[in-house]
Amino acid sequence: MTTTSQAVRVFVVYIKASPDAVWDAITKPEWTEKYGYGGRADLELRPGGTFRHFASDEMKAMGSPDVAVDGEVVEADPPRKLVLTWRMVMDEAMAAEGWTRLTYELEEREPGVTKLTVIHDLDGAPRLEMVVGGAMESQGAGGGWSWVLSDLKSLLETGKRLAG
Amino acid sequence: MTDEDRVFKALADPTRRLLLDRLFDRDALTLTELESTLEMTRFGVMKHLRVLEDANLVVTRRAGREKLHFLNPVPIRQIHDRWIDKYTERQVSALMDLKHQLEGTS
Repeated sequence: MTTTSQAVRVFVVYIKASPDAVWDAITKPEWTEKYGYGGRADLELRPGGTFRHFASDEMKAMGSPDVAVDGEVVEADPPRKLVLTWRMVMDEAMAAEGWTRLTYELEEREPGVTKLTVIHDLDGAPRLEMVVGGAMESQGAGGGWSWVLSDLKSLLETGKRLAG
Repeated sequence: MTDEDRVFKALADPTRRLLLDRLFDRDALTLTELESTLEMTRFGVMKHLRVLEDANLVVTRRAGREKLHFLNPVPIRQIHDRWIDKYTERQVSALMDLKHQLEGTS
């Protein structure tokens, strides 16, 4: 990386689960529908493969089209690294901001504990940055990555989502 | 010390809260940039940053030759979910009870 965008957001969470379990929770639809915003993810795990995240029933009720997020797989190195282009299409203004870049890094820090780092490069996407940063939670946009990752941690460690 | 203890300990210092506010305003800062906003030695700033990193409130990434500091909001979210939600919900439901009582609907 030669230039650093000012709009990079970094989120780190430690989860008592193996990197394989965390990888599955990020990439498998039967897991992605269980936490955060829900909805089934569909990833072709090869460079250039398609990435789609389908809207949950709740998102559809709020007016989302069937596909809520779309993009492309840039890099897939299970269970260590996943890089995607990522565009929220459930809202026209955010769709117009174009594709951002999302990186997941998984690192086993001690046996059975995974450090999950989410790096979201939101250059040119100020509206999306507010949503994924959790700044629009009171308007019903959810708590962004902090909320999604806390929920994921709760689900993997206790089998249960956070309340609410 | 639990993860939560580390977060509360880190937040219990005004300089460290100020560092977090700086990173909230503008992320991806170098040590030199952070230092320039505080009346403190480089060593002092590094010491505080280490406590914030131990608590996972600040994370660093390398970009070329630079080490950049980012605010990690996830532990604050976890405290919010664990402590704040719990008590605000109780307040809301207490108000709802009061409303029902006053209106004679319960």
